[in-house]
Amino acid sequence: MNPTVAAASVIAASLAVGLASLGPGLGQGNAASRAVEGIARQPEADGKIRGTLLLSLAFMEALTIYGLVVALVLLFANPFAG
Amino acid sequence: MMINFAALEVGKHFYWHIGKLEVHGQVLIVTWIVIAVLVILSSLATRNLKRIPDGLQNFMEYALEFVQDVAKTAIGEREYRPWLPFVGTFFLFILVSNWLGALVPWKLITLPEGELAAPTSDINTTVALALLVSGLYFWAGISKKGLGYFARYVQPTPILLPINILEDFTKPLSLSFRLFGNILADELVVGVLVFLVPVFVPLPMMALGLFAGSIQALIFATLAATYIGEALEGHGEEEHGH
Repeated sequence: MNPTVAAASVIAASLAVGLASLGPGLGQGNAASRAVEGIARQPEADGKIRGTLLLSLAFMEALTIYGLVVALVLLFANPFAG
Repeated sequence: MMINFAALEVGKHFYWHIGKLEVHGQVLIVTWIVIAVLVILSSLATRNLKRIPDGLQNFMEYALEFVQDVAKTAIGEREYRPWLPFVGTFFLFILVSNWLGALVPWKLITLPEGELAAPTSDINTTVALALLVSGLYFWAGISKKGLGYFARYVQPTPILLPINILEDFTKPLSLSFRLFGNILADELVVGVLVFLVPVFVPLPMMALGLFAGSIQALIFATLAATYIGEALEGHGEEEHGH
């Protein structure tokens, strides 16, 4: 593989995962803090809140996973490898 | 350029040639093992049914009640029953695939190329599962409302038509990528840790992988049930109208 393409792919892969984890990290923190507030206010709704929280956390995590998939494609199945 | 992460091989497959098709043999082998485990477990559990369940029968009844609960909360009390086998199969298949991929030391078995791993860490498996879900929720909607199902694309306003159509494409995309990415990421993380420190250190990550595997199975089943429930539910008026 062309060394420039290799270097660019590695940098792009790390940026893809790093940047993609920024937003979901903030979002997950926000959601978790609100869920804790909700449980503190209404401990009897514990189970429902936890279920909804896990589901929405997985949705947010999917965004990071998209970045990860792009990174994996760049590292292991690079279309520009030539 | 390929870095050998402790013999972790991404993008290498054990190809079988069937006619003109090339299939990933390692995925099929593990899929068959998963199917065998599920069939053997359920036939053992139902062989000697007792009124007061114990042992395996008890466990399987708990699993059934769990998936029943998932389907019931997503689809609704009245209509969940016909869709329960589908949702339950998804949950059990994905759960057993994820856990078998993480728990069984597949590295001891060497293939000519590629390696045995969870079937869900191959994009083809997850795309197939996600497309099944897509086909099924269309079928659910059309079989219940006929062509009136497509009225939901222009509700509440026709302006949302492109977004509603786009949604049908993003649903399978996100379903498949989520499952595939999570499982492959777990395997990669464990692989990298094993490469750096071979003993003890990877254990917490492996436990996290088991947790993530079960959560992903639950998410997939819940989302599949939610999509079916969404397709089934009327906007209220249609059902009372005639």
